[in-house]
Amino acid sequence: MFEIVNKETLGPNVTRYEIKAPRVAKSRLCGQFVIVRATEHSERIPLTIADVNTETGTITLIVQTVGKSTLEMTTLQKGGYFADVAGPLGQPSHIAKYGTVAVIGGGLGTAVVYPQAVALREAGNKIVSIIGARTKELVILEQLLGSVSDQLIVITDDGSSGKKGLVTDALRELVENPQTKVDAVYCAGPVIMMKAVAELTRPMNIPTIVSLNPVMVDGTGMCGGCRVTIDGKRKFACVDGPEFDGHKVDFNELMDRLKTYKGHENKKYEEHKCKLLQGNK
Amino acid sequence: MSSEPNKLTAKERMAIPRQQMPQRDGIERSRDFKEVNLGLAEQVAIREAQRCLQCKNPKCVEGCPVGIDIPGFAKLVAEGDFLAAAELIRKDNDLPAVTGRVCPQEIQCEALCVRCKSGAPVAIGWLERFVADYQMNHRVSPQARLGVQKTGKKVACIGSGPAGITCAGQLAKLGYDVTVFEAFHKAGGVLVYGIPEFRMPKKIVDAEIRNLKALGVNIETNVIVGRTVTIPQLMNDEKFDAVFIAVGAGLPEFMNIPGENLKGVYSANEYLTRANLMEAYNPESDTPIIRGKRVCVIGGGNTAMDAVRTSKRLGADESIIVYRRSRKEMPARVEEVHHAEEETIRFEMLTAPLEVLGDKDGWVAGLKCIRMQLGEPDASGRRRPVPIPGSEFVIDCDLVIVAIGIGANPLLTKTTPGLKLNKWGYIEADENLMTNIPGVFAGGDIVRGAATVILAMGDGKKAAQNIHKYLSR
Repeated sequence: MFEIVNKETLGPNVTRYEIKAPRVAKSRLCGQFVIVRATEHSERIPLTIADVNTETGTITLIVQTVGKSTLEMTTLQKGGYFADVAGPLGQPSHIAKYGTVAVIGGGLGTAVVYPQAVALREAGNKIVSIIGARTKELVILEQLLGSVSDQLIVITDDGSSGKKGLVTDALRELVENPQTKVDAVYCAGPVIMMKAVAELTRPMNIPTIVSLNPVMVDGTGMCGGCRVTIDGKRKFACVDGPEFDGHKVDFNELMDRLKTYKGHENKKYEEHKCKLLQGNK
Repeated sequence: MSSEPNKLTAKERMAIPRQQMPQRDGIERSRDFKEVNLGLAEQVAIREAQRCLQCKNPKCVEGCPVGIDIPGFAKLVAEGDFLAAAELIRKDNDLPAVTGRVCPQEIQCEALCVRCKSGAPVAIGWLERFVADYQMNHRVSPQARLGVQKTGKKVACIGSGPAGITCAGQLAKLGYDVTVFEAFHKAGGVLVYGIPEFRMPKKIVDAEIRNLKALGVNIETNVIVGRTVTIPQLMNDEKFDAVFIAVGAGLPEFMNIPGENLKGVYSANEYLTRANLMEAYNPESDTPIIRGKRVCVIGGGNTAMDAVRTSKRLGADESIIVYRRSRKEMPARVEEVHHAEEETIRFEMLTAPLEVLGDKDGWVAGLKCIRMQLGEPDASGRRRPVPIPGSEFVIDCDLVIVAIGIGANPLLTKTTPGLKLNKWGYIEADENLMTNIPGVFAGGDIVRGAATVILAMGDGKKAAQNIHKYLSR
């Protein structure tokens, strides 16, 4: 059992949890994730560790409500418990001194790139962050990411916050501007966005690191469910990743494999929402 | 016949036919997850035990990887003293309810039974299962060795499968302070994530884990040694005096044929973990699983049998084993193959997959195969299958499960500096199961490659003895 020592709503459907997990907090390096189960009958889901506090032995997770498991998680309160938190898992981020790094977070991907921005800045890089979201309410961690960035660009599909457009529009402006040389890109978010970013940087040979989010069960390389194709070779995102060279990822395959349980997830989500509504009556 | 069972003459014993294990109807059971075998009734067990000739030089014991006193416990069963029989087995085997169900007795103890020469061997596995279940059902926990002198030394067992829990139990009985680290959220290893409920009910594993805790063993779940904590940290920071690595093999092999990443292709590890550990068959569980209507399982081992029989229980109309050699070469236990047949599993023997075919939406639609014939024996001594040119054909299916074996998972070995591995990535251990790092022992599948529950348990026991020796220097 892992105690929730703090819980905070960051936006519609986005919640930040601080959880007591001393072993994880002690070992975690930037870029690693945990697999959690909210309750005894929950599925195992991977979540990036956004931050740790080694003194209090706590880790921070930022969760977006997208299905039953994450919806159920929101019913857990401060002082309550996660049934299971296992980790830290995956390879740590490759952090180096590039010069200027564009750090791009799409939606919840912002929680994935935030710790990278912290580490990249500590390594002496100039950080230009881009947060992309559909609309204003879905922009998360703006202040936090801004505090570790030399420049922060917010861009929304509908223009309700920052510029109007896609993250690739903002990135294109940066890379085409002779004053702002971009030496590397770190990117996390919807697969379609990561693909578009990688396609944009490919002709310019800008190193582009993407963080992949396939379906996982154990997170230790045992089930192979998270297999992705990198440069034509099979890799397990849980142990070989989750970060890979964006120019080598087969994004189409990943997008397709992510559809595997869509039907099941929608059904469970609707059932659970009904249950919650009935409970409130 | 005499009423005093042990006064039976050899001739009288020889006259008793092998008793039958009652089992549920094949069609009926193939739609649920309840156990297939029903266990022997007391009188039937006594009668079966009377068949044992009490050999002076019992060969069966030599066939047992942990050397159980088989004639000794059979004699106690014949006398009706089932609890004493259970205790006698437990001297050598900590998990009799498990091994009584999953050991390949037909190639071990029973294969060497003198009664094979003139008919059927004593049903040693069924008797073992019977006494273990009897002990459990009568709520008698195995005799606690109370008052054990504490050694004051700490041992870590990494992995809570058969090797890890056997080693932990043995060391606890010797007075060590033992912690078992498990990566998953539930202890039991392959017994809970791999072997299905209908063959190995989870309540049995749970009972054994409770027994272990009653011995004072501490079990920490959600700890991935190699990530959460490393072996050097366990020894230097947490002051463990010795470590036993029993993490299993745990790296799924794929076939490297086109279409393997289509939606609807699983490794057996993933499929069985979803079905067993995550209980995807239970509507209350949130873990999804693809329920194929026509399912192809590739492979011929016990894992393949478990997967194909699980698919039937999850509602498949047809479940098919695709195996590139012939029936004779299948590594699965005879009983599992037999049970699969009773459950109307189809066997496509001498058939090798060439490609997984997909539909326009990227879901599995078929398995393109080629027929094989047996050629010269290969390195394993089995005749090598060779393709028959022009014999390609397609099996229509919507789910493909790859059960062709496992390799060495590098997660722990890569994060243990200096640990000596062989060229396949398995840990090298000496005759005492110690690795090249002093105080670090290893056993089970991460040393042997994929093997059996009982061999892993044998390693656990042997490691415990040698850890005791090492720490008593």
